[in-house]
Amino acid sequence: MSTASSLHSRRKSRNSVMMTLCVIAAGIGLAWLALILGALVYKGTAGLSFDVFTQMTPPPGDAGGLLNAIYGSVVMTVIAVIVGTPIGVLAGTYMAEYGRFSKLTTVVRFINDILLSAPSIIIGLFVYELMVRPMGHFSAIAGAVALAILVIPVVVRTTEDMLNLVPNALREAGTAIGAPRWVVIKSVAYRAALSGIVTGILLSIARISGETAPLLFTALNNQFWSSNLNAPMASLPVTIFQFALSPYEEWQQLAWTGALIITLTVLALSIVARSLTGRREDK
Amino acid sequence: MSAVQEALPAVRGSRDAIVRRFALTDAIFHGMTRAAAILVLVLLGGVAISLFAGSWQALSTFGFSFLTSESWNPVTEKFGALAPIYGTIVTSAIAILIAVPLGIGIAIFLTELCPRPLRRPIGMAVELLAGIPSIIYGIWGLFVLAPFLQTTIQPFIISVFHGIPGLNSLFAGPPYGIGLLTSSLILAIMVLPFITSITKDVFDTVPPVLKESAYGIGCTTWEVTRRVVIPYTRIGIMGGVMLGLGRALGETMAVTFVIGNAHRISTSLFAPATTISATIANEFTEAVGDLYTSSLVALGLILFVITFLILAIARYMLMRIDARTGA
Repeated sequence: MSTASSLHSRRKSRNSVMMTLCVIAAGIGLAWLALILGALVYKGTAGLSFDVFTQMTPPPGDAGGLLNAIYGSVVMTVIAVIVGTPIGVLAGTYMAEYGRFSKLTTVVRFINDILLSAPSIIIGLFVYELMVRPMGHFSAIAGAVALAILVIPVVVRTTEDMLNLVPNALREAGTAIGAPRWVVIKSVAYRAALSGIVTGILLSIARISGETAPLLFTALNNQFWSSNLNAPMASLPVTIFQFALSPYEEWQQLAWTGALIITLTVLALSIVARSLTGRREDK
Repeated sequence: MSAVQEALPAVRGSRDAIVRRFALTDAIFHGMTRAAAILVLVLLGGVAISLFAGSWQALSTFGFSFLTSESWNPVTEKFGALAPIYGTIVTSAIAILIAVPLGIGIAIFLTELCPRPLRRPIGMAVELLAGIPSIIYGIWGLFVLAPFLQTTIQPFIISVFHGIPGLNSLFAGPPYGIGLLTSSLILAIMVLPFITSITKDVFDTVPPVLKESAYGIGCTTWEVTRRVVIPYTRIGIMGGVMLGLGRALGETMAVTFVIGNAHRISTSLFAPATTISATIANEFTEAVGDLYTSSLVALGLILFVITFLILAIARYMLMRIDARTGA
């Protein structure tokens, strides 16, 4: 009787120890997020002013802003999304609509998942070999292509997943009134999966807007205003990289402010994306 | 009657035309989607081929010694990948050692302990860690974490382990703040959300009946987790860990900030080191000479092969657990 009760209390106390450790683990995860965001807000807001959005990146020791870097980031992101999204959506459409059970789909899904988590610096090297070396110089368009390659797997994945969620009865209803398959896809399946596909695009923008490694040797960087797509172009992440590692205090301050801008953008995008799909799942 | 019969061929004709047009547009759309799907395969193939072509010069010059040599000397153009490979594997391994227990702990917390209304917000907060760009981790690591480690944690650890053989060379000074261990810590935070969310997902695939029957014979929550949930989801957890490992191996910017970029292999975890991706990020635009550039691309090829294998194994494991649950 006494051994049974001691066994019982031993099991209970082990349980509470392990469960406390789990709570601590969750606490550590949340604390880390708070620490990073806290430092970002604390150091970033110190340099946040109107000048950041209206002035060019300064030479060392001068005051200035991040205008050309923000512009470059926006331009390259927009091109990347315009190039990457249609390819991603079409590939996802094939996998969910035309070839749902084909061998090709299985292979593409596997390869796409690997591309999704492949190191982005590898993509940068690929585009360097593909475009920068043949063209002989760094360029914004090479940077945009590198980002587009990062957009594709995210969009493929979400498009396929969301189209797979569309009930087949909807497609059958469309087919029954004599609509050809592509019309059913366009007017029924896409419409039903729209919020999911938009989520994928938002997530891909969130992903590429903070990417630095693939831009280092494709778009390089530019201290000056440039809207020439065939020339090196500044971008926010690369500017942060350069400024943060510099010994100049003004540059480091701008790096923190830029970091805050990127993080807020990315977090806002991913929260919007999540709330879009969250509503779907609740239904 | 006769009017209808006269009109029929015309109607049938235009109907055939419409059907033909539908069939054509459908075939075009089908072809476009198929081409896009194939393009995804071509992309990965292109990456492999271009990396191989770009690194050919270095690989043919140094041969197998590229993998075994520690020297990295741009002046004499002698390049070997051992130090970056060592740094990559050590930082990733330590990061995984830290992140796996934490990630599984958070997953248990989220599936078993957390009050239902808090599950989504806390789960989302942990996943937000994955959304933060890696350059942010880098700047935070360099300006916040590294000084803290340098002034507080590292001197303490060095003094504690000072006289103990083995440990004193593992934790040898001086405390730079940056180095292998700092990079590992940052990597651990970065891969934590991936491990957590996959572990949580596979925990959710455990049939409730299994857990209920274990609780029914009087098991504690820990016993149910340890004896039922974890054995049942072993493959899925392994998949999540491998996926996290793949991320850690390829992570670039965060590591570049805090690793210290020293091409040497040191026994101390506090020593500056380098990883494959940090070397490429740091030196690529400054590399003069084809052999130097080619050596950096060869480093990229090694990284690509390692991460491809790890990620392929991870996906295979996750596919197996998906197939079992029919999800």
